[in-house]
Amino acid sequence: MNVIQPLAHPGKPPAATLGLIDVDIHPRPNGIEAFRPYLSARWWDYLTTYGVRARHGFFAGQPPFPKAQPLASRRDAWPPGGGTPASDLDFLRHQLLDNYGVDVGVLNPLQPSGQGDRNNAFSAAMAHAVNEWQLEAWLRKEPRLRGSVVVPYEDGPASAAEIRKRAGDPNFVQVLMMSRTAEPAGNPRYWPIYEAAAEAGLPVAFHAFGYSGWAMTNGGWPSFYIEEVSEHATSCQNQVISLVVEGVFERIPTLKVILIECGFAWLPSVAWRLDKHWRMLKDEVPHLRRAPSEQIRSHIWVSTQPMEEPERAKHLLDIMGWIGWDRILFASDYPHWDFDDPREALPGLIPAERRRDILGGNARALYRL
Amino acid sequence: MAFWPRRGGRLGGETGMAEGLRAIDCDVHPMVPGMRVLIPYMDQFWADQVVERGITTLDTQSWPVHAPKTIRPDWRGANGRGADRVELLRAQALDRFGADIAILNPLYGVQLVFNEDMANAFTRALNDWVRAEWLDRDERLRASIVIPMHNVEHAVAEIERLAPDRRFVQVLSLVMGETPLGRRHYWPVYEACVRHGLPFGIHAGSAYRHPQTSVGWTSWYFEEYAANQQAFQSTLASLITEGVLTKFPALRVVLLESGVTWLPAFLWRLQKVWKGVRFEIPWVDRPPAELVRDQVRLTVQPLDAPDDADVVQRLLDHLRSEEMLLWASDWPHWQFDGVAAEPGEPNPAVPPGLPEALLPKLMRDNPLATYPRLREGEKA
Repeated sequence: MNVIQPLAHPGKPPAATLGLIDVDIHPRPNGIEAFRPYLSARWWDYLTTYGVRARHGFFAGQPPFPKAQPLASRRDAWPPGGGTPASDLDFLRHQLLDNYGVDVGVLNPLQPSGQGDRNNAFSAAMAHAVNEWQLEAWLRKEPRLRGSVVVPYEDGPASAAEIRKRAGDPNFVQVLMMSRTAEPAGNPRYWPIYEAAAEAGLPVAFHAFGYSGWAMTNGGWPSFYIEEVSEHATSCQNQVISLVVEGVFERIPTLKVILIECGFAWLPSVAWRLDKHWRMLKDEVPHLRRAPSEQIRSHIWVSTQPMEEPERAKHLLDIMGWIGWDRILFASDYPHWDFDDPREALPGLIPAERRRDILGGNARALYRL
Repeated sequence: MAFWPRRGGRLGGETGMAEGLRAIDCDVHPMVPGMRVLIPYMDQFWADQVVERGITTLDTQSWPVHAPKTIRPDWRGANGRGADRVELLRAQALDRFGADIAILNPLYGVQLVFNEDMANAFTRALNDWVRAEWLDRDERLRASIVIPMHNVEHAVAEIERLAPDRRFVQVLSLVMGETPLGRRHYWPVYEACVRHGLPFGIHAGSAYRHPQTSVGWTSWYFEEYAANQQAFQSTLASLITEGVLTKFPALRVVLLESGVTWLPAFLWRLQKVWKGVRFEIPWVDRPPAELVRDQVRLTVQPLDAPDDADVVQRLLDHLRSEEMLLWASDWPHWQFDGVAAEPGEPNPAVPPGLPEALLPKLMRDNPLATYPRLREGEKA
């Protein structure tokens, strides 16, 4: 079976003494009607006529690599009252927030959000609508939830405008981008996003997903869903490399980046590779003053789910130590099939105080909750 | 401290074995000075095309000639280029790092050519140039058969043409091509490799059918070089999930200039996802990490690890295999500095931090186990 069965009984992880903060929850509208109140007549008409058009050929939300099950969701996450997984606030409270004693949950709305749409103006209209919908349907109704500022990231200035609109609203705790952008994330076209986020004191989260329009590997299109899932790691690696090498962290020293659902065990290797070859290629990138590994250590946070599983669990401790124990945030990925139960996700051989930080302390410090 | 391999004598023979470590350098790069040297190895039609159409060079952006990474400063010739003669390979690498055998992996951009017939003609010329100008001039040298991967019929024909020459010990492709290397249309190439006892070598570099990242073109060469690390992960995922490794258990795949430290994390992730969605690829009936440990080998320049021996040891623990790593100098690419002046001094071509006890395997036993044709010398 490909459904991870959470424990049946409710309860908070005992190690979560600084609170339980889940940085990856995916709320979903039951249909695009949910966005109608927040779209102009022109864009509502456009949405219902042409629809969301990602940078791939399929239409109506059909992904190019079919998921392993409908909406990639846990079989038991479909609300008993009807609707799609994570579309019903009461059922989300029951199944997630109350069940595990989540103190703070961060919403990352995925499609249909218009992010990465081929039409930038439509993407901007959708981002505004999704953010309004988060406020109305979730954040104002449930104090444990926080939102992400959805931005039309292929349009830097429009994204910056959306961020500035939300700046200072405590309902929003981060800016959300997808990890597969049309150009590498360090490209100057995206700098207005990072500048606005830093100005607003919001971290920028890259959530694994999206369609760049380019092949999912640098050697062409893969065949299988398992490859698509595996390739999230490579695209996120390229994003980290680009952010560092383009000098984004040198330019915006207060910028904080969170990698959500990207895995993390690869991060030390990327840092070492950059350090090693920077030595020979420094003359090309004089704008880099600090070693790549230092930049990564001081600007990047990672989330747990899906956590790589070494054949010997103790090897995970090496990785977490190399990344930095203060840089790792718990994520459940509710309501998706590979959901992590906060009581079981972190191997017991991680010392209790480290688990405490991962389950809540680190996110509390990062988001200033 | 990595010791200096003893010099002299041929690899093989009981005496040779007893004399101590013999090193096998699994990745060195002869540099083609320009298309003019390949013309003598083409038929009249293609020789005319090269001249008439002004095709002067197939140097590629994967190794910009003047970038520091491409040629170590003290190995750069007066013309700014790397060595195009066997004498320089001897003086700069073979004699300095104690290799009794070195495997030539030409990186000239024949695989970038879009015209399939042209790519075929240029690839054949490249292989024949390597044979005449390098293999025939130093008995320590072996070479990879470069194949025109975008036409599988041509690729197989080139393997068949050169496989009878036992000095060709491997088939060579670039890591970034037109379609991921596991795809079924490539399988006749893997059949040919198995038929002839040739490992399939995959070297860093791109044929530029796609941007160097799945999120588009990079601005800087530094990013582009770094992105080979992602390419190797994607390629390995393809070889595993499409079923190449399970379909051809005798196939050995060698990742060249791939870096090493990315491999455990990649396998941990792929294996976890495989547990979840293996229904999609039911032919993969063993854990991916086991397949890789059995059939995939990697060269150690670059290792992409810190110099810290403790960290390196922990990374080796994560690999859970002492059989997978092959020594290579990656000459003339700039991965390390220095030469060992005297026997007994540390060999700078061995990445720092690797335990001394591993070196006999790394420098000799693992290459011999990987390349069946290197073992033939022992019987002579």
